[in-house]
Amino acid sequence: MTSIIQALPSEQNITRVALANGIVVLAYEKPDVQSVVVSGNLAAGGIYTTPAQHGLANLTSEALLRGTQHQDFDTYHARLEMAGADLDLNAGRFGVSIDGKALAEDLPFLLEMLADAVRYPAFLPEQFSRLRGELVTSLQYAEQDTRSRAKRAFYEALYPADHAYHYNTSGTLNSVAALTVEEAAAFHQNVYGPQGMTLVIVGNINAQHAIEAVRAHFADWRNDAQPARMQVPAAPAVVAPRRVHVALEGKTLSDVMLGFVGPSRYADDFQAATLANSVLGQFGMMGRIGDVVREQKGYAYYSYSSIEGGHGPGAWSAAAGVDPENVEETINDIVSEFRRIAEEPVTDEELADVKSYYTGNLPLQLESSEGIASTILRMESYQLGLDYLLGYADRINSLTPYQLQKAVQHYIQPDLAVVSVAGAPA
Amino acid sequence: MSKVTRHTLANGMTILLKEVHSAPLIAWVVLYRVGSRNERTGQTGISHWVEHMMFKGTERFPASVLDKAIDRLGGQWNAYTSMDHTSYFEVLPADKVNLALELEADRMVNATFDPEEVESERTVIISERGMSENHPMFWLDEEMEAAAFRVHGYHHQIIGDMTDLETMTREDLYNHYRQHYVPANAVGVAVGAFDSAEMLEKIRQHYENIPMRTMPETFSRQEPPQNGERRVEVLRPSNNSFVAVGYRVPQATHEDWFPLLVMDSILTGPGGGIGNKTSRMYQALVVNELASQVYGYIYPSVDPYLYNTTMVVRDGQSPQSCLDAYDAVIAEVVENGFTEAELDKARKQARAAHAYGTERVSEQAFELARAEHFASYTWAEEFPERIQAVTLEQINSVAKRYLRRSNRTVGFLIPQTEEVSA
Repeated sequence: MTSIIQALPSEQNITRVALANGIVVLAYEKPDVQSVVVSGNLAAGGIYTTPAQHGLANLTSEALLRGTQHQDFDTYHARLEMAGADLDLNAGRFGVSIDGKALAEDLPFLLEMLADAVRYPAFLPEQFSRLRGELVTSLQYAEQDTRSRAKRAFYEALYPADHAYHYNTSGTLNSVAALTVEEAAAFHQNVYGPQGMTLVIVGNINAQHAIEAVRAHFADWRNDAQPARMQVPAAPAVVAPRRVHVALEGKTLSDVMLGFVGPSRYADDFQAATLANSVLGQFGMMGRIGDVVREQKGYAYYSYSSIEGGHGPGAWSAAAGVDPENVEETINDIVSEFRRIAEEPVTDEELADVKSYYTGNLPLQLESSEGIASTILRMESYQLGLDYLLGYADRINSLTPYQLQKAVQHYIQPDLAVVSVAGAPA
Repeated sequence: MSKVTRHTLANGMTILLKEVHSAPLIAWVVLYRVGSRNERTGQTGISHWVEHMMFKGTERFPASVLDKAIDRLGGQWNAYTSMDHTSYFEVLPADKVNLALELEADRMVNATFDPEEVESERTVIISERGMSENHPMFWLDEEMEAAAFRVHGYHHQIIGDMTDLETMTREDLYNHYRQHYVPANAVGVAVGAFDSAEMLEKIRQHYENIPMRTMPETFSRQEPPQNGERRVEVLRPSNNSFVAVGYRVPQATHEDWFPLLVMDSILTGPGGGIGNKTSRMYQALVVNELASQVYGYIYPSVDPYLYNTTMVVRDGQSPQSCLDAYDAVIAEVVENGFTEAELDKARKQARAAHAYGTERVSEQAFELARAEHFASYTWAEEFPERIQAVTLEQINSVAKRYLRRSNRTVGFLIPQTEEVSA
């Protein structure tokens, strides 16, 4: 039987090149597939806008795909779709994510289209106006969505108005409706550039050819106006519990979100916090929280916890969708589980379970080109080193119950939880 | 590419094996040939509820053990219920696949259906329905299918009607389980890094001793012909209006199904993560600023179902203006047909979508199991060639024959105003 069991992505098999203009390219050959994936980041997320321009980074990133100086909207998408290729640009808090895919033979074409969009957008008023209207319609929908509203209210309560995390990147109905094509063009001109850009290419490719193709389309890109990399300030401590209710008519279920300011991906205790969170609200049927809220009480279809991580002090939160009658008890149960994991070390069995999951799950994580690309991008973006996966199991297995508890206590003060509920009027 | 082999165990269970050695993983899928289309009034949602109960454990694998066993190995597992079938799956490191084989064999016959667990899960499922009810489109979909199917089981939603979720009993659920979860009604599919002969032997060890039981009598009622367009209007609190159109189309095994799939690709886009900005409907509706989104799909169903299109009405526009524009496109393609360029694009997109959509062993296993259920695994294996073989004449022909007003159901979701609710 033939076997192409892959080695873990590492310095041995990832080709990494830093172009003179700052772009970092990483290529990984995966010969068993027919396609190629291009993932990446541009340093042009919401953090580069002012609060008054809330939603501008997102609108700008989407506007890049509405026609370029060389190809109008119809021509651009006819070429892309005729190739069966796809390309998305979406702004997050820090960066604009690049997600492209094509049949392997079309990689040079996909990179050409990406370069045309990010370097030479047309920003035609008619296209911009149409796009803005589409985003307004989707924001109107989000206004009625309990999960979306609970999340928005949670972040607005957890982070003060002068903190970048107070805002979501989509903007609001009012802010997006007021954005102009001139603002988007100026944002592109002043913020987009090669500095801070990363491209990861995974698929049935030749790594050197892939890097040459990137050079051909991006090596001469310069933008002297590009700002220095933005840093996110620490989030101020929450000094009193906060509770917000968003009343929405006609909703059967209420969405609850509850939590605290958590670790960034750079924090020394990030990995310990992640394992603790797995015990709390992930492992098995959504961890301890899922066990109480779903399995024992039958209150919710979903009830889990998560750590945002990322470049700044993201949230450590739990969420549940419950009948309005069970909201209070669900909140109390979740807070109790946060308290328990802060006060008592996880058991040896629990720790062994989550260690086993995290180390054993790598083959699944790395099965697809997209999975490999996102893993490599994460290693590059958070400066984990390309051999990060080689030492991964050792790092996980060295963690102790005490380290997990310390990480929880570092971030969680159960009496100061910020809570949001979106659903039927109270 | 490795070939699929099919085997039948002594108790009637069908087994498909496909070696894929691109990653050290194996996917194991067990599909039961029962879905919401087989549910009687009073028991709508029972297939889905039984699926939930299968996670509540057996004597050998109690729920608290079962939940953690797969995660502990770094694996993934879940299940889903469709209109036509119920599927369970595990993806595990290749050397750990025994656990998947063992637990699926065990719960095929030994699920406990503890009465307390049934009651606890009742509220979870009602909560799941509530989650869907929070979205206005759920109400429109529910009314659309109820209008389009007066007799057939596609009439109701997979989650079931609330009244049935409130009243079904433990005995109802257990009887459904005992009736349908029998080896001869199951298809087991393994895809991944194994040797087929060794894998088949392992499967025999776990499944062949499960007693053969009578094949269930599946409840199914044929939908009579439709005589004229049907219309539904749903009023719900919402900031947006929606339009849905569903044409009756044949089942996946019908010769018209692949031409209909290609027709949909040209009309609303290919799906599978590929854009639709050059599709006919996007150009007519989104570019003309009547809708903010338009998408369609045709599902490979066991029985004749619907070719659905949904439009999200743009702020300031009306559902009727969207429907008028949609109808103009339909009239144009029925009158003048499609072009060779559009067909070429659809073919290339289908090839790409297939490459993207079959990279994971779990995706391949699902496709094989589903195809084996309604036809044969060869339906999935031949999918790319069947798409490439579709001709312009065929798609022009299906457009003429199926895209008729008398063959469709049209639904509007209208934002509820205080005046309406008063």
